[in-house]
Amino acid sequence: MALLEVRELTVSYPSRAGAVPAVRGVDLTLDAGGTLGLAGESGCGKSTMAAAVLRLLPQGTRTSGSVLLEGEDVLTMRPGRLRAVRWTEAAIVFQGAMHALNPVRRVGDQIAEAIRLHDKVTDRQAATRVGELLEQVGLPARRAPSYPHELSGGQRQRVMIAMALACSPRLLIADEPTTALDVMVQAQVLTLLEELRRELGLALLLITHDLSVLAANCERIAVMYAGRIVEQGPAARVFEAPAHPYTKALAEAFPTIGDRASRRNPHGLGGDPPDPRELPGGCEFHPRCAVSIAACPTLDVELWPAGDGRRAACVHVRDGNLDLVRQATPVPVGEDAPAQREMAP
Amino acid sequence: MTQPTVEQPVEALPPSLPPQLSPRAIARARRRQAAGRAWREYRRSWEGMIGLGILVVFVAVAVFVPLFIPASELDVTKATGTPFSPPSAEFPLGTDESGRSVLALTLWGARVSLLVGFLATVISVGIGSVVGIVAGHFGRWTDSALMRVTDWFLVIPFLPLAIVLATVLGPSLANIAFVIGITSWPGTARIVRAQALAVTSRPYIERARALGAGDWHLISRHILPNVVPLIFANTVLIVAVAILSETTLAFLGLGDPLRVSWGSMLDAAFTHGAASIGAWWYLVPPGVCILLVVLAFTMVGQALEAVLNPRLRGR
Amino acid sequence: MATAASRSFTLTIGQRRLGAKLIGAVLSLAFVLVFNFFLFRVLPGDPAKNLTRNRLVPAEQVQVLRESFGLDKPLPQQFATYVRDTLSGDLGISYKFRRPVSEVIAERIWPTVLLLGLSTLLSTAIGLWVGIRGAWQRGSVFDRLSLGASLALYAMPEFWLGILLLIAFGVGVGSFPGMFPTGGMSSPDTDMTSWAGVVDVARHLFLPCLTLTLAYIAEYALVMRSSLLDELGEEYLTTARAKGLRDALVLRRHAVPNALLPTTTLIFLNLGFVVSGAITIETVYSWPGLGLLSYEALRTPDYPLLEGVFLLFSAAVILANVLADLLYAYLDPRVRAG
Repeated sequence: MALLEVRELTVSYPSRAGAVPAVRGVDLTLDAGGTLGLAGESGCGKSTMAAAVLRLLPQGTRTSGSVLLEGEDVLTMRPGRLRAVRWTEAAIVFQGAMHALNPVRRVGDQIAEAIRLHDKVTDRQAATRVGELLEQVGLPARRAPSYPHELSGGQRQRVMIAMALACSPRLLIADEPTTALDVMVQAQVLTLLEELRRELGLALLLITHDLSVLAANCERIAVMYAGRIVEQGPAARVFEAPAHPYTKALAEAFPTIGDRASRRNPHGLGGDPPDPRELPGGCEFHPRCAVSIAACPTLDVELWPAGDGRRAACVHVRDGNLDLVRQATPVPVGEDAPAQREMAP
Repeated sequence: MTQPTVEQPVEALPPSLPPQLSPRAIARARRRQAAGRAWREYRRSWEGMIGLGILVVFVAVAVFVPLFIPASELDVTKATGTPFSPPSAEFPLGTDESGRSVLALTLWGARVSLLVGFLATVISVGIGSVVGIVAGHFGRWTDSALMRVTDWFLVIPFLPLAIVLATVLGPSLANIAFVIGITSWPGTARIVRAQALAVTSRPYIERARALGAGDWHLISRHILPNVVPLIFANTVLIVAVAILSETTLAFLGLGDPLRVSWGSMLDAAFTHGAASIGAWWYLVPPGVCILLVVLAFTMVGQALEAVLNPRLRGR
Repeated sequence: MATAASRSFTLTIGQRRLGAKLIGAVLSLAFVLVFNFFLFRVLPGDPAKNLTRNRLVPAEQVQVLRESFGLDKPLPQQFATYVRDTLSGDLGISYKFRRPVSEVIAERIWPTVLLLGLSTLLSTAIGLWVGIRGAWQRGSVFDRLSLGASLALYAMPEFWLGILLLIAFGVGVGSFPGMFPTGGMSSPDTDMTSWAGVVDVARHLFLPCLTLTLAYIAEYALVMRSSLLDELGEEYLTTARAKGLRDALVLRRHAVPNALLPTTTLIFLNLGFVVSGAITIETVYSWPGLGLLSYEALRTPDYPLLEGVFLLFSAAVILANVLADLLYAYLDPRVRAG
């Protein structure tokens, strides 16, 4: 039995114009100890997915489908059971830890709060555990009485991770854990996550828009666009030989270190992500796609096998024309590659 | 509203280059479009529309009342009713201590209350905007000095200050408006200053300066357009406060003794013992009018703020 | 005070900021003095004539007045005298009461403190609760009703509410008799220190206190609701929920304490209206405090008394603001560290 199994998850936000779908029929699986990366631009629904796993969506959102955590459906759990499951089976690390931590309480207290919620421990025991957790993420235990604003961005992220580990969960969801950090710190945080995963046997769901990060750190990758998975498969294959035009564009948007040509000439992706209230018909990517054909605006896409364990939702995959995708030149974008623009936090 | 045919709606995807128009024409067209959008957004708020409706009614009454109630009804020497008589067919809202029709007083009172409110607001917003823009744009010493003055006015309690000023200056319409205006400009100044600071520090201002733009140009072309919507929403809320202030000052006896306003009605009623007689018909109408007008301004102001700051929508 | 590791004397940023605020407060007070002085003595026209504007006063009396106010001396000397006198507690002689202003004020201070103190306490407690519940259950019946009521209370002149309550419960409407006294602080011939006297004062206090409490509740409820709504959008609350915290505890332990910080600031910034309420309500109910004193002073007009009361009110609010800054710095660790 997989640790996490998402089946046909649909999440819509209420709005004056009707329900706005953020996630539209997503299937995912993650085994114990495995790593899955979820990639996509801002607004594609990946953060919604992350929140949905622990049923942390705001009031008024409508969900359908199921999210099975160790076999139990999170979406239909009773509130008491849900609160018990939160943090003990799965924990989430948010992006931008400046705002994800309570600014007027000490970080040690916030970690201890997590511990005390699920375990009857004395103050002394809680403090000891807090110290252990901080050490585990590479922070000295004496940092426990600090306030969030007294720590650097990287340190705050480590605190978030320490807090997430407080109740020894089996699944760690990291929602854009490195977005607001500079590159050196990014690397440290990612290394830390990988070490922890190995030591503690954690399953890791890593969510980011940076495909190259996922390629280096995950076994499998799923790419989301407009609320749907458009490609998934083994990380290395998806990154090196993407089957879906969107994945290809994403992969090429980030310069490869060491490859001078790619650094000087990053390919961007023209246009903007679609407005969830007014999605294009058929394959939602077709307005920005370099290889779209006449059938695309009306085609019902699904994930077709693309060889090497990959699946992709593109008509060319269905028709076996993978070469078309591989050889596609990206749409010219002008001086500012939009993909780089939307990277800024 | 017809779209200017040369302008592309901003929401269209993907954006295409607009044909060559003078920058000023483009800016104007864009502004008109924005105003139209803002109005449509405003229309969606039912509180905003109700508030607006109430205000229109009151302003209409204030403007047109001389047409259907002659000013002579306010003359104490020509009063025909028995003092303090309850509502009747002849006097739908009863009479005051001199036998005048309370209905006439209330409707005529609207003129003064609204007029003073608007006048005070003009003064307040005028001073506040100028101070805010100057402080925010020029910064440093100017800013510190102006902010010190602003803070002083903010700290000092309004009514004692207003009483002191009004007592010294003497009771008249203009003086009251002046006193209220002079004591309430800091609120506007702060908001405007914050916005002016934000705009002045934007990169395109620096570029404009490098191109040789003087302060006047920067203020009128860049800061002002960004600040005006904010001022507008704030102004509406200030009028509400100004009207309440006029009422309070008039109630305390500092209003213009020659004019009837809602506040002066309450003052007259109270000092002539309407409370002990139980002459509710004299006390209730002016209060209800103030309540409605202030509520209306508040609703309009909040609806405007929601239009300008989408974050606040749905509150 | 603070010491650094070395033997030099350094202040933390927080203490420096506090020092700046204190200096600011002193400057504000100083400016009040200057303002008072110039307003009454350096206006266009003869100040003595202004003083006697509404009454028929023979010319020699005007001259006596002029001399008693020292208006015949040069301006800088007048100012120096004024400052010296004020700082030593001499606020002049009340024109109406013919007694030292400081004496008159001292007599009337405690009723105001009692009335304002009680009203503020009650309205803060109730108002904050209403605001919290309204924000937490945004859109519910409670929220909509309380929002409507708050807006209505906020929009009406508080003295109008006072008069209506006075009629309803003091005078009585129709055949329904009044339950409370219609004015003053106590019935004549009651010994205020006896138990019966205390009850008597309480009965007189009820209506004015009720009016002020209702008027203030609206402000506090609206501010608290607004602050909490802002806070409810913050991410750390999602983190708290994710940890398994019950919603009620998320509110109590995280959202509300954080929302109270800006609320406190906003409330103290609006202290001026607490004072304004006191003036009008004491007038309506003839409550013998500083508010009623202001009213009597402005009707006369008794300038020395007006000056004195204005000075006192301003000083009180300035002091309250300093306390508010101190409190905020104490509560918010981000400010404490500087």
